[in-house]
Amino acid sequence: MTYDPGAAMRNIVLRNLFRGPYTEPSPPVADEALKQLAASVNQAAMRRLGRSLSIREVDAGSCNGCELEIHALNNAIYDLERFGLRFVASPRHADVLLVTGPVTKNMREALERTYRATPDPKWVVAVGDCAISGGLFSGSYAVEGGIKGIIPVDLNIPGCPPTPEQLLRGLLALLS
Amino acid sequence: MSDAILHELMGAGRVVAAHRPWPRVEVDRAVWQLAAAHLKDGKLTCFGLWAESQEPPHVHLALLAETTHQVVVLTLACPDGRFPSIGAVHPPALRLERAIQDLHGLTAEGLPDSRPWLDHGRWTVRHPMKPTASAAQPLLPYAFLPATGDGLHQIPVGPVHAGIIEPGHFRFTANGETVVRLEPRLGYVHRGLESLMQGAEVGHGAKLAGRASGDSTVAYAIAFCKAAEAAAGIVVPPRALWLRALAAEIERIANHCGDIGAICNDASFTLLFMEFGVVRERVLRAARACFGHRLMMDFVVPGGVAADPSADSLIDLRSLRAYVAKQLKNLTQIYDTTASLQDRTVGTGIVSTELVHQYGAGGVVGRASGRTFDARRLPLQAPYDHLQFAVPVLKAGDVNARVWVRIQEVEQSLNLLDQLLGDLPDGPVCADANFSGMSGQGIGVVEGFRGDVLAWLRLDHGRIARCHLRDPSWFQWPLLEAAIEGNIVADFPLCNKSFNCSYAGHDL
Repeated sequence: MTYDPGAAMRNIVLRNLFRGPYTEPSPPVADEALKQLAASVNQAAMRRLGRSLSIREVDAGSCNGCELEIHALNNAIYDLERFGLRFVASPRHADVLLVTGPVTKNMREALERTYRATPDPKWVVAVGDCAISGGLFSGSYAVEGGIKGIIPVDLNIPGCPPTPEQLLRGLLALLS
Repeated sequence: MSDAILHELMGAGRVVAAHRPWPRVEVDRAVWQLAAAHLKDGKLTCFGLWAESQEPPHVHLALLAETTHQVVVLTLACPDGRFPSIGAVHPPALRLERAIQDLHGLTAEGLPDSRPWLDHGRWTVRHPMKPTASAAQPLLPYAFLPATGDGLHQIPVGPVHAGIIEPGHFRFTANGETVVRLEPRLGYVHRGLESLMQGAEVGHGAKLAGRASGDSTVAYAIAFCKAAEAAAGIVVPPRALWLRALAAEIERIANHCGDIGAICNDASFTLLFMEFGVVRERVLRAARACFGHRLMMDFVVPGGVAADPSADSLIDLRSLRAYVAKQLKNLTQIYDTTASLQDRTVGTGIVSTELVHQYGAGGVVGRASGRTFDARRLPLQAPYDHLQFAVPVLKAGDVNARVWVRIQEVEQSLNLLDQLLGDLPDGPVCADANFSGMSGQGIGVVEGFRGDVLAWLRLDHGRIARCHLRDPSWFQWPLLEAAIEGNIVADFPLCNKSFNCSYAGHDL
């Protein structure tokens, strides 16, 4: 057998070419998320939504469970970017802040500064039970008990952690 | 020899009866300092160091004899709120002692670095684990360790990072491209988890432990439950032990596949990132079908597991096993034959064998640098004593070695899946776990995907009086500082991902 260093890669590219993409069809938009957005976002801001949006993720004290599932949105199966949603490296490039965790006291200032660094108009999505209400960490000396009251929240996606499908259904409401 | 030393230390103190499965010994300051000297000489490994704030306060030091796999906990009473610092002679204990000072208000005498660690001066209370916590006081600005010389500049990074990762601050001092010193500052994810444990019921404690670090929820929940079950003398039925191990190996496979892909991504090789991402997703879907949750949160409960997986989902695990094995083989071949990728990983971020032994670094970080320890090899780790598996160990200590250890560990875990599914015992999946009125102390150790997770618990009349969780990252984060030295700044994400230390599990 001759040594062919490119063979493995060539095989995988060819196989993917003939089998088609891994990506699955889009799930339906979450009704609950649409209702929340209708109540929280005014019409002028709403008109800006529905286009391509840049997302900045902020971990404000999560156990990393939510991050794992947010990561999964970028895999070939959920492929978030096909909807025009993409993660960006700086809040200055972002339209949406996706915030996880019960907001630890040690992260509060960083979250507030990230919010201030994000240009208007901007939307905040609280991801996971901790971000919505503090979750299991409510009542600790070290947490604020959720994002509400620290920065304005437009949309909640509950779960511990929410599955990629739940995340996707919630985020798609921003585009509807 | 290390075994003899442990016996000597035990003989010099008073053995506590109600502590299981490994002994705990109350010692005086002289024995405490003797243990520190043994740690310094490398005869024992520091396995954990924590405090309790009851009257009088205590500090506990878990010791591991690596050659014989013996574990002993030494306890020192500190009626005056002071104890001789272990970190003063054995650096791996430094941050553990800084955390003890922050949380309990005890003083580690002679601790060379007395800067606060978890306390950033933002909490409403000071020394929150103390029964009489005092009001918070403003802290001095955090003084990073200096590095001086011509042309040096600092790069502050975080706590909010460019990627989707946990928060922490990294202070680089660089000379041009080359990193001269890296100092991380952690504690941003401190949620007060151990204080929430105090007074909680055991079932609630298991849920909290399962959220210490979400990627290791199974490992943490098992470690916590083992400690609680040992404290109360509850025997877990065999089928539950097998199902726990099944979940733990699936957690390892999912995380390692995710990490191998992510390391390749940080070397700008997206193809493997995407392919491994699909493998990980399929594993998580099988986990949900089998255990009711993609990350398997709350599947492990005190006394056993929450539910018996359906027969169909267990059969599907066999086809998942075959799929992962096939993909791993194909993808590993790509990793192995892509020179541009190996150019980034080979020789990058080297950690020496001496350092992993000194720090007792577990998991991939230790085993890629020649330390053979794997907590599954400890005694009393059923069902692993019934199973055949190898512990892959490499010597190179670079990013490439950490990739290969992960690849080989996935292969081993796939074999373990086969064995676990093959002789899954029949019977109940949960013991009658009635903790009401029970008192005792227990310790549980589990080999998570990141390394050995330790849980220690004092049960008082059915409630948790104190629970301490020690993440493997405590002994890995400091080595990242050594790994990056002399490397270029642009290779930091690659080195960091190859370690994949936990922020949440460390900060709690």
